[in-house]
Amino acid sequence: MSEKDQTLYQEIREKGYSRREFLKFCGMMAALMGLETSAVGQIVKALETKKRIPILWMHFQECTCCSESFIRSSHPIVADIILDKVSLDYTETLMAAAGHQAEKSLHDTMTKYFGEYILMVEGSIPTKNEAYCTIGGKSALSILHEVAEGAKAIVAWGNCASAGCVQAANPNPTGAKPVHKVIHGKPIINVQGCPPIAEVMAGVIVHMLTFDRIPQLDKLGRPKEFYSRRVHDTCYRRPNYDAGLFVESFDDENAKKGYCLYKMGCRGPNTYNSCGVIKWNNGVSFPIQSGHPCIGCSEANFWDNGPFYKHLQSFPGFGVEKTADKIGVIVGLAAGAGIAAHAISTNILKRREIAVGKAKLEDSNK
Amino acid sequence: MSTRIVVDPVTRIEGHLRVEAEIKDGKIVDAYSSGTMVRGIEIILKDRDPRDAWAFTERVCGVCTTVHALASVRSVENALGIVIPPNAELIRNLMFCAQYMQDHVVHFYHLHALDWVDVVSALSADPLETSRIAQSISNWPKSSPGYFSDLKKRLSKFVESGQLGIFANGYWGHKAYKLPAEVNLIGVAHYLEALEWQKEIVKIHTIFGGKNPHPNYLVGGVPCSLNINENNAINSERLAYVAKLLDDAVNFIEQVYIPDLMAIAPYYLDWGSIGGGLTNYLSYGDLPTNGYADVANFKFPRGIVMGRDLSQVVPVDATDPEQIQECIAHSYYTYDGDQNPKHPWNGQTKLNYTGPNPPYDFLNTDKQYSWLKTPRWKGNPMEVGPLSRMLVGYASGREEYKEVVHWALKTLNAPVEALFSTLGRTAARGLETKLVAGWSREFFNSLLSNIKNGDDRTFTKDMWEPSSWPANAKGVGLTEAPRGALAHWIVIKDKLIDNYQLVVPSTWNASPRDSKGQRSAYEESLIGTPIADPENPLEILRTIHSFDPCIACAVHLYDEKGSYVHQIQTF
Repeated sequence: MSEKDQTLYQEIREKGYSRREFLKFCGMMAALMGLETSAVGQIVKALETKKRIPILWMHFQECTCCSESFIRSSHPIVADIILDKVSLDYTETLMAAAGHQAEKSLHDTMTKYFGEYILMVEGSIPTKNEAYCTIGGKSALSILHEVAEGAKAIVAWGNCASAGCVQAANPNPTGAKPVHKVIHGKPIINVQGCPPIAEVMAGVIVHMLTFDRIPQLDKLGRPKEFYSRRVHDTCYRRPNYDAGLFVESFDDENAKKGYCLYKMGCRGPNTYNSCGVIKWNNGVSFPIQSGHPCIGCSEANFWDNGPFYKHLQSFPGFGVEKTADKIGVIVGLAAGAGIAAHAISTNILKRREIAVGKAKLEDSNK
Repeated sequence: MSTRIVVDPVTRIEGHLRVEAEIKDGKIVDAYSSGTMVRGIEIILKDRDPRDAWAFTERVCGVCTTVHALASVRSVENALGIVIPPNAELIRNLMFCAQYMQDHVVHFYHLHALDWVDVVSALSADPLETSRIAQSISNWPKSSPGYFSDLKKRLSKFVESGQLGIFANGYWGHKAYKLPAEVNLIGVAHYLEALEWQKEIVKIHTIFGGKNPHPNYLVGGVPCSLNINENNAINSERLAYVAKLLDDAVNFIEQVYIPDLMAIAPYYLDWGSIGGGLTNYLSYGDLPTNGYADVANFKFPRGIVMGRDLSQVVPVDATDPEQIQECIAHSYYTYDGDQNPKHPWNGQTKLNYTGPNPPYDFLNTDKQYSWLKTPRWKGNPMEVGPLSRMLVGYASGREEYKEVVHWALKTLNAPVEALFSTLGRTAARGLETKLVAGWSREFFNSLLSNIKNGDDRTFTKDMWEPSSWPANAKGVGLTEAPRGALAHWIVIKDKLIDNYQLVVPSTWNASPRDSKGQRSAYEESLIGTPIADPENPLEILRTIHSFDPCIACAVHLYDEKGSYVHQIQTF
């Protein structure tokens, strides 16, 4: 990552010293430290080995679907991530240690790598009563503040940590809040979705490790690399939409031909995610390909934008894709004109959505 | 002199659970299990479209993803009298089987194995001898001396880096670890292989449900369509993909999971008489083969075994208000009016935290101490899960159950009583995975036959539109989640959800005691468990993990009067 994360060996080599000189240095160090010559080998090894970046993965109000999704990653596979690329020092789902041994793992990393580790959060934080989520007798809120302090950056996994998800749906009985509403002054990457796609999660980690920086974020804190396109715009069924070919009922003749699911309630037009591009579970499929409309799980408040099977046009004030129904009706007469109108309207609306998103973020930062 | 230890968090589980246990003369004499997180999803469901409920409830758990969605769509179908097409039932069954195979294998290797397998000991294994043992228990091809030698080198390099990650501060070297170094190395090898395999089997969910975790379900059937003459539906390529995934799954289970289970168990036969706990076992049954209404033809039979009496199966009726009830005597909830146990159709979810304000050292276990309610069947505590399913299947006289159970007992040279234990629970999980793997191919072949015979329906439209619904309706959706009996009760009023209650497997198993002071499964099973070293309570993890909890835990130490002595804190 940054310069100080290089091993001493790399630094020495970069400054023009030879390996022989490095070994001599190690020998001198051993002598200075009063160690026997047999310890020289260990010093050489320690200085040559680049430290894997430590990760503390905390669990609050969550269902563990993010952890489960993470272990589905196919490139890289999760074993290679946790053995070779990072040091996953705390995760209640996979760690061998429990109780005070788990505490030790957490505190070792928090002190030894203060300012260096990456905090990853799965789950929202209840604020109505801190007792709604406690670990080791401490509240989720106090733990998050404590661990965030020494974090270099924070990754908010999934809709829970990014937007509160299902427990924040009306009436939000526990006052569930996402990380960015609780922690300020730290870079926070919102990796949206319920859960996020496995390869997107791995991709965010790989991005940081490979390019030594956090990925570029959109106005809502989501990595542009994975959330810059609407599902609608990357959907392989989009030509059906443009041609006015819609599924009217599940498993009807049109469904069996794979027509557009817009009228079944598809939230693709409002949803920014990689489902249409990367797809799920190493590119096998995604919800629309398997016949179900997108429910918009990578958008804030998607639970309250229902019911899921009511299509967007039916909602007063939504105003998205206003031309869709019209296209369906007039397609035989003036398809070309309809598509053009629809394309223009889509772009205008998209710009408006980004503006709204920006306003929302500003609001949330108050 | 007794001491009380508190484990918080018990890791390698789903969720937030805390266990307090009193130890006297090296054994647990009492235990308290507490769920320490609440989200109030039942409250959130009120006044929503019943057809959306599956998506909300699916988010109750991402480890046993699919199971709540299934219980939910069944509850709505039950309320509205919807009968889904045979293909939809088969596709749901295939998704169910895929979930079991993935979940049980992940539990065995990634959540439970480190209680039995000492990773550090594996570093001193002889690759040649490891290979010999591996080849003696299985035909699994990855078993050469070179393979184990490379793995050992990789593991050594990892340990020498000084950054032990998820393996840091484990109970390595604890005297309760009994495996030879070579068997430990096989365990580590298959830990990594299972991690890679589990991401494959879930692709069955992706094919039929579009994604995993949290694939899509649908009231009235399944969302995917079958069309062997189109490239936008489930066609022959998709079906061939499913067939391949099932073949690989059967291979992994038969050649890796089961042989490992049977190779590790002989070193821990003493655990065949520890952790038995309750003597009542409940299964709602699942995997219909002739439509959901024909309960007699479920692969997992429905019923109850009382008092470990395997000569009879007692029927269970989830709609009878006198049978299943939830008690809140030790839970952070309140009911309007009297606080007596309620059947879920009349159930309420009103949060009422009466515990200590965080940060706290320990809970007041004499009063309310958990976010879980306490379900009872006719006032009795019940164990649910793989062991219950195997016992109900066995007591129902099903040959295939008897066959695998007898085979396992004979191979391990263990008595029947060994079933009622921590080891029995862990073995039952493996045995049912073997059964499920076999059944998955039957379901797949039935699906192919249906398509061949011209039936390609996957959804019934009859009651889709709310305008076709009665004004009021109520239903119950039952299933067997990998962790046990799961049910959702729904009350629909004016086309919307008026009440929705879930009673989940871990509520049965992990709940606090009831108003009569009867312990639930976790608490009861810990009684009598030996603890060699209270600072390193590996044994608690073994028994608690044998249930595959869906929650998270904590450890403190007290003297025999219950006053605070020492606390093992997480933070």
